[in-house]
Amino acid sequence: MKITAAAQAHKPLSLSDPDGFKYLLITLTLAIIGLFLVLPLATVLTEAFAKGWLTYRDSLTNPDTLAAIRLTLLTALITVPLTTVFGVCAAWAIARFEFSGKNLLLTLIDLPFSVSPVIAGLIYVLVFGAQGWFGDWLSEHDIKIIFAVPGIILATLFVTFPFVARELIPLLQEIGHEEEEAALSLGAGPWKMFFKITLPNIKWGLLYGVLLCNARAMGEFGAVSVVSGHIRGLTNTLPLHVEVTYNEYDFVGSFAGASLLAGLAVVTLVIKTFLEWRQAQDLKAARVASE
Amino acid sequence: MSIILNNISKQFGDFTALANINLDIPEGELVALLGPSGCGKTTLLRIIAGLEHADRGQVFLKGNEVTDQPVKKRQIGFVFQHYALFRHMTVFDNIAFGLRVKPKKERPNETEIKKKVHALLNLVQLDWLAGRFPEQLSGGQRQRIALARALAVEPSVLLLDEPFGALDASVRKDLRLWLRHLHHELNVTSIFVTHDQEEAMEVASQIVVLNKGHVEQQGSPSDIYDHPANAFVSRFIGHTNVFELGQQDTFWLKNSGLPTPETGKVAHVRPHNIELEKATDEGAQAILKDWQHLGALIRVELHNKDADGGAVTLFAEMPNEQFKALQIDKGDRVAVRIRHAHWFH
Repeated sequence: MKITAAAQAHKPLSLSDPDGFKYLLITLTLAIIGLFLVLPLATVLTEAFAKGWLTYRDSLTNPDTLAAIRLTLLTALITVPLTTVFGVCAAWAIARFEFSGKNLLLTLIDLPFSVSPVIAGLIYVLVFGAQGWFGDWLSEHDIKIIFAVPGIILATLFVTFPFVARELIPLLQEIGHEEEEAALSLGAGPWKMFFKITLPNIKWGLLYGVLLCNARAMGEFGAVSVVSGHIRGLTNTLPLHVEVTYNEYDFVGSFAGASLLAGLAVVTLVIKTFLEWRQAQDLKAARVASE
Repeated sequence: MSIILNNISKQFGDFTALANINLDIPEGELVALLGPSGCGKTTLLRIIAGLEHADRGQVFLKGNEVTDQPVKKRQIGFVFQHYALFRHMTVFDNIAFGLRVKPKKERPNETEIKKKVHALLNLVQLDWLAGRFPEQLSGGQRQRIALARALAVEPSVLLLDEPFGALDASVRKDLRLWLRHLHHELNVTSIFVTHDQEEAMEVASQIVVLNKGHVEQQGSPSDIYDHPANAFVSRFIGHTNVFELGQQDTFWLKNSGLPTPETGKVAHVRPHNIELEKATDEGAQAILKDWQHLGALIRVELHNKDADGGAVTLFAEMPNEQFKALQIDKGDRVAVRIRHAHWFH
């Protein structure tokens, strides 16, 4: 009896108990999200449609905007596959092999996360720019990297490098390599092993990394801004186009571009939630399977 | 000879996993690689499979040197301790995998694959599970499916890494016997790794005892039990009493008509080689401290004060009936006779 009394005396201290506190926290969180996330998003849309649907459509279909969209898609199209391949290779090397300098490699992969994107852009200017290390050689051979598309792609590659690798390393480590060894022992070659056993096991995690990588590739501003040179219709990606039009007081044009990026974000968010759910299921299956 | 290992050595950093292993394994045997954990048995199995490479030495399978061949060319079947079933495939697809990844000209068509997979599923008595996924199976079922998958490619050698290690005790007992019978049926040369001497004795037709990267002894279970090559094997296989040769021990051995020990040697005596009777004289006696019922056998725990006054414990085992006939119980004084002893340094 004494124990029960003591337990009851303790109850009000339990974290889950006071409903009032719970709802206060939830309301507070919603208010912050509303104020700092939903409201700006709504502003983007209202501003974009401020002068009607037609103006919105026109500002999205004018040649400069179309060029910016094309360049953004092109950049994503080139960088995403490259970082995917690199990410899988790096993750494989780190999760499957023991070698000295492994931690150093991990740190290097993480470097783009810790370096300011502006620095990322700047290093390429220093290396490939007119006054850079290879500047003379490049101009002699008439190769343009800075203030041109290759520079934008290089800068985007730099900032998107870690996404896929970072996603796959813990996943590969969790899954282990017994299934892969089993495939080899059954007569599969390394490629068949990878495509029939490893890839199906990591596909959701891989898609997750690719999705985040794609969102970053399309939305990157800082690094690209440094190397782009903001040449209208040539080296402006969509985020740069938003800035340029805004600075020129073309608010509809600017917010119309922003609405596309916001739309991309929403789509990314939805797919991301789905992938996270799938991945959690796979990991659960992995744990059950190895028990 | 089906498997020949010639001078296999393997280092992991400073740790010597295997040191100059030489082994001949005849065709059709079911061999247990037995040893305490860390003795190198799993590493040796993985070297035979080609999942690991030896620093030195050669591996021969069926007379062909395979030392430098990759796993896929060795024609082995490997069963993993944690089954390693492909989690995204059904049981059927798991077993069919080895057939489907064969090069085009050797690959059977889907009807043949279907026939073969169902034959294997019947062999492991799990045909009704063909459509399930691995996570829906019990541990014992997973292990049998893993075995069926390994057998699908008709391996010349079957390698099993602690095949019963992750299973419940009761399931393990059933599967041991089942594996032995299956081996009789298929007669494919098989090696399994275990740290459980009882399992090795029960299942294997030959046992290789490994310790610290060396082969201590190779032989049939009865060979190894009755004629252990050294103190390690004697201690590791079955129970044994170690006589450090105090006064009392020497008296017992002499009294039992066994040769006088050389100095520096110890005697190992199996519990069933100790005979007891009710003590009649005041000579060498021990006190029956306790006894346990082990089913068909009774284990008797004897205490004996040695010269320094410390207590030495001795275990004897005898059939039920024999124990009853002796009419002895806790606290009685008994005389000890030793039927047979092994001498080791």
